[in-house]
Amino acid sequence: MKDSIACLGTETEGTGSGAFEPKVVAFCCTYCAYTAADLAGAMRLEYPPNVRVVQVLCSGKVEAEWLLRAFEEGADAVYVAGCALGDCHFLEGNRQALRTVAYAKRLLAEVGLEPERLEFFHIPASAGTLFAQRAREMTDRARRLGPSPLRSKQAVESRKLVLPPDPHPPLPPAQLGRRIRESEEL
Amino acid sequence: MIVAERKPLDEIEAMLASAERVLVVGCGTCVAVCMAGGEKEVELLASELRMRAQASGQRRRIDQVTLTRQCDREYLDALAAYVEEYDVLLSTACGAGVQLLAERFDGKLILPALNTRFIGTAEGPGVWSQRCLACGQCLLHLTGGVCPVTRCPKNLLNGPCGGTNHGKCEVNPENDCAWTLIYRRLEKLGRLDLLDAIQPPKDYRPMTKPARLVHPAFQTESAPPTK
Repeated sequence: MKDSIACLGTETEGTGSGAFEPKVVAFCCTYCAYTAADLAGAMRLEYPPNVRVVQVLCSGKVEAEWLLRAFEEGADAVYVAGCALGDCHFLEGNRQALRTVAYAKRLLAEVGLEPERLEFFHIPASAGTLFAQRAREMTDRARRLGPSPLRSKQAVESRKLVLPPDPHPPLPPAQLGRRIRESEEL
Repeated sequence: MIVAERKPLDEIEAMLASAERVLVVGCGTCVAVCMAGGEKEVELLASELRMRAQASGQRRRIDQVTLTRQCDREYLDALAAYVEEYDVLLSTACGAGVQLLAERFDGKLILPALNTRFIGTAEGPGVWSQRCLACGQCLLHLTGGVCPVTRCPKNLLNGPCGGTNHGKCEVNPENDCAWTLIYRRLEKLGRLDLLDAIQPPKDYRPMTKPARLVHPAFQTESAPPTK
């Protein structure tokens, strides 16, 4: 998943003609939107090649960090596509995603990006045409808003510290099927 | 649990000023549960700070780490090898964690990313409310498990004030009147007799700051019992 976002940054810019070609990332639920994308393909429907689809098991799995990360890596617009309300394969995943997207929009606004660059769509599995329509809609929106202010800027250096394991753990790590302490020997 | 909320990004940016090397230090205990300063929130804050720096073209490095707890010295030792690399540590712990971090790494500038709010419980996902004022003299056994010191804005100990209005508080009509709750609960328990006793004025001396506590098992002559 993270690799699919990361590849955004390495891609060559535009077509060389200088025209702005937005990069749009779509996090698609495997049960509905992704299937709809498949259907759109089978129906030979045309939708902008600017959309990069990231398949997720459920839209509820999408974290706010992923959405921000996509923008950091140079996406101009991002959307999450989940099932219709009440149709989630995991019952409430899409409701969760709605909340996550609303929260991420607030964070984007706080940072200074237009919250409209992020959206949530309900796309049922049978709606191939709707998938294509949403893809066009989001690409047009990105075109209208113009390139993201983060695009083509030097990425900020960052890493996650990995702390060494505790040299004196309170108990030795549990090992399944083995005695872990001498006191347990009978 | 200690409940906190993140400061606005602008305020955090203003604190960071021109710092170039920033380590965001999360805390995996209370503030992780109240979704203010755990590993996830550290990621989000670091991401927001990176985006700001990226957009403004500011030279900045933002690293992140989340400790099990920031209010225990043992967990801070693991950071010692890294702190020298940074100009500031931005802590997303409660006030206690920020202070211990500052004490442990006294040559470093430590900044708080959160506002610590209260000791409370979760009402539901994402909603918390204050339940304890840490007054040092619990009287929940007399009030049916509802704390008038915390939940009544006037700290009343002998029944409601004249402002109780159909079970709501006059200070904030959204809040329940603590004394109505106490009455209903004691009524249910059949212990309304507890209300007959007059409570003397509360002794606020245990709340004198800064409080300190030595566990009886650790009391020696060099560490006398706290009073």
